[in-house]
Amino acid sequence: MTTTSPARTSRGSAIRRRTLLTPYVFLAPALGVLGFFVLWPMVRALFTSFTNSSIIGTSEFTGLANYERLFSDPAFGNALLNTLVYVVATTPVSILLALGLALLLNRRFAGRTFFRAVIFFPFVVSFGIISIAWSFILDPQVGLVIGWLQQLGIPTGNGLRDPAWAMPLVAFVGIWRNLGFYMVLFLAGLQSVPRELYEAAEIDGAGGWCRFRSITLPLISNTTMFVVIIATIFAFQAFDHIYVMTNGGPFFKTETLVMLIYRTGFENFQMGYAAAISWVLVVVVLALSLAQMAFFNRRAVRY
Amino acid sequence: MADARGAGLRRAAASRIGLVLTVVALALASAIIMLPFIWMVSASLRTQGDIVSNPLTLIPAQVILDNFAEIFTRIPLGRRFLNTVIFAGSVTILSVLLDSAAGYALARFEFRGKNVIFVIIVITLMLPFQVTLVPIFQQLSDLHWINTYQGLIVPRAADAFGIFFMRQFFLSLPKDLEDAARVDGASEFRIWAQIMMPLALPAVLTIALFNLLGNWNDLLWPLILTTSTDMQTLSAGLALFKGQHVTEYGVLMAGSIIALLPMVVAFLMVQRRFVEGIATTGIK
Repeated sequence: MTTTSPARTSRGSAIRRRTLLTPYVFLAPALGVLGFFVLWPMVRALFTSFTNSSIIGTSEFTGLANYERLFSDPAFGNALLNTLVYVVATTPVSILLALGLALLLNRRFAGRTFFRAVIFFPFVVSFGIISIAWSFILDPQVGLVIGWLQQLGIPTGNGLRDPAWAMPLVAFVGIWRNLGFYMVLFLAGLQSVPRELYEAAEIDGAGGWCRFRSITLPLISNTTMFVVIIATIFAFQAFDHIYVMTNGGPFFKTETLVMLIYRTGFENFQMGYAAAISWVLVVVVLALSLAQMAFFNRRAVRY
Repeated sequence: MADARGAGLRRAAASRIGLVLTVVALALASAIIMLPFIWMVSASLRTQGDIVSNPLTLIPAQVILDNFAEIFTRIPLGRRFLNTVIFAGSVTILSVLLDSAAGYALARFEFRGKNVIFVIIVITLMLPFQVTLVPIFQQLSDLHWINTYQGLIVPRAADAFGIFFMRQFFLSLPKDLEDAARVDGASEFRIWAQIMMPLALPAVLTIALFNLLGNWNDLLWPLILTTSTDMQTLSAGLALFKGQHVTEYGVLMAGSIIALLPMVVAFLMVQRRFVEGIATTGIK
């Protein structure tokens, strides 16, 4: 505002015009990026999913052909099943472990900061790169962990190359990666619980488990909802460690939906079909997130 | 009286045992969590023969540094390091500016369409980004942006999470701050840049770190947008190198350490603030 107009009215209208336009100026760059590189591509993915588009050659409108193909494609059925197995295997375990660790690390003691940092550490490094180390550690020939487990007499089959063991091992590494992040989110929730409530409960003679059930759990339900939704979305999106450790193998035992999208779109160049699989993933994730939100909102304790 | 003291002592003893058990459990968990990093360092200092013939130990038969020189002759590691710095650095700077400007507008102004925009941003937040994988590739190849820095950077210059996070933070600041500046005749841009942004520093740093980590470490994005070896980033380059059935463990681990080190150092420098920062700001 540089105007020094003596008339109050014109000055007032200048301010009004300025504040009228200002928010759009602040929003424009970010919305431009989101609109052009996130929202428009999503709409475009929907269009592409009705075509037989590939990187080379022309694309033709094929209607629902891609979606019909999904139902009869064993690769899609396999990937969907693997994704669900991965989600069910990783999400509850990660959340329970993260909550347990958060409860332990919410107490004051020497070394608390150190342990918090160590547990959070895997979330900080490149998952793709550290997965190279994991794939060697879990290798049947030179693998340190596989070797140790065999020494202890614990059967591990052929390690990462064993069709029966690949998925559990990949799931374990997935849990290892995100545990610390969920723990930090739970710590945030725990810090918002007023201390007086625990003191009052202790005077009333409530034991540890009772305090946890009737104070902690209800009061962190917002955090729990957030963690459950985030953890589910993360599990559905799992890619990096699977790509590096097994590349979907052995015998497609670890090929998840995102792995299948990558292979279909960027190795087989069937863009139309890959877009159709992507949209199935979106619908599944969105439906599940909304269902989880409804579940938590119904059970949420309000004060 | 004596009874009460006895109970108090028993409780103190029980809580001390509890603390010891807690520390033991946490130490065990920490050892498992750090194992791949320890193995990585160990393998990078060993010869191939040593790793293959003594797979059960973490201690090198003989410490060598050759692997760190060797990796530079196998892949253009220096160039990829530079690519990663340019990519992750630019995205971080741009998204901090764009996200905080947008979050500021959503938190501090009243205007037409505000609710619609906010709802769209929240929906964007919940959609898995993989759905855009195919069309974004098509879009960037239409622009001839595959294998370019702008192709890697511009689509990432703003993100829904950052906007949402900054909005939540700006909502919590008192309103009279900018009213006073407005009476003094400061422009809206100056109010944002010189008054609000410094106040939002903790939130800005959190967003900056999330972006730096997320993009430095990202695999899928650079994997689909770069095909030439000179444009690849560290993650994508090393993953592809490993994918070519390379089993030179020491060499790969040496490259991995070089790739991970900057983020590890960054994390160690701010770890206290970062972990506590996530725990106390915004995400609830």
